[in-house]
Amino acid sequence: MPTAPAGTLYRGREGMWSWVAHRITGALTFFFLFAHVLDTALVRVSPEAYDAVIATYKNPVVNLLEVGLVGAVLFHALNGLRVIAVDFWSKGPKYHQAMLWSIVTVWMLLMVPGTYFMLQHTISAIFGSA
Amino acid sequence: MSQTEATEIGAPRSPRTFGSSGRSNFELYSWLFMRVSGLVLVFLVLGHLFIMNILDGGVQRINFAFVAGRWSSPFWQVWDLVMLWLAQLHGGNGLRVIINDYAERDTTRLWLKAALYASMVLILVTGTLVIFTFDPNIG
Repeated sequence: MPTAPAGTLYRGREGMWSWVAHRITGALTFFFLFAHVLDTALVRVSPEAYDAVIATYKNPVVNLLEVGLVGAVLFHALNGLRVIAVDFWSKGPKYHQAMLWSIVTVWMLLMVPGTYFMLQHTISAIFGSA
Repeated sequence: MSQTEATEIGAPRSPRTFGSSGRSNFELYSWLFMRVSGLVLVFLVLGHLFIMNILDGGVQRINFAFVAGRWSSPFWQVWDLVMLWLAQLHGGNGLRVIINDYAERDTTRLWLKAALYASMVLILVTGTLVIFTFDPNIG
């Protein structure tokens, strides 16, 4: 199989970069799901084993990763709806760029309050509550 | 092929018939499955994330007792079971496509897919078993 020669870049703008982001967020979510099903499976071992592992998720650093995970899944979900519209709606391909900027806007509008609620505990734990 | 044999040209968009060539419409159904399962997962997964990570204190309130309370309801058991199967098949199929795109050597593709399918079976069997055999009085 021939390899692409060096120095070529497909400059597909919104279409290409949303495709790249969809791949990366999808693959990351798949790997998290692998860990998540196994950590939940500890409820079959003992309440202590499950609670010990869940304590990891309550750590401030992992709390930041949680925001990243939710952000990745939310982008993948919204962009997936856009892909469905491009495939099945007759005007989808015409408006695919406008739809990308729409979902990016929705993503930001949901992530701002979402991040606040997810980090609320960590922020008050670090800086204390006035 | 002899020259007298006519080449048959079907109507545009007529379903392909592969006959004895050994190929199938698998990739078409896989493409369709990604869209149908994706649509269902938008509701199941975003609902799951909203309840678990945002509502009422988020992950800080999750422990064994919280899980026991949720899985006492068949509604959440079915929700989690459907979400597990759709997410694993959707994600597994996505990774299969990624492997096909980037792993160029036949043996690399074979081993990556073997690892992928093994992990999918492990997660589906373990997850299904945990939902069906959960015992709130295990401690």
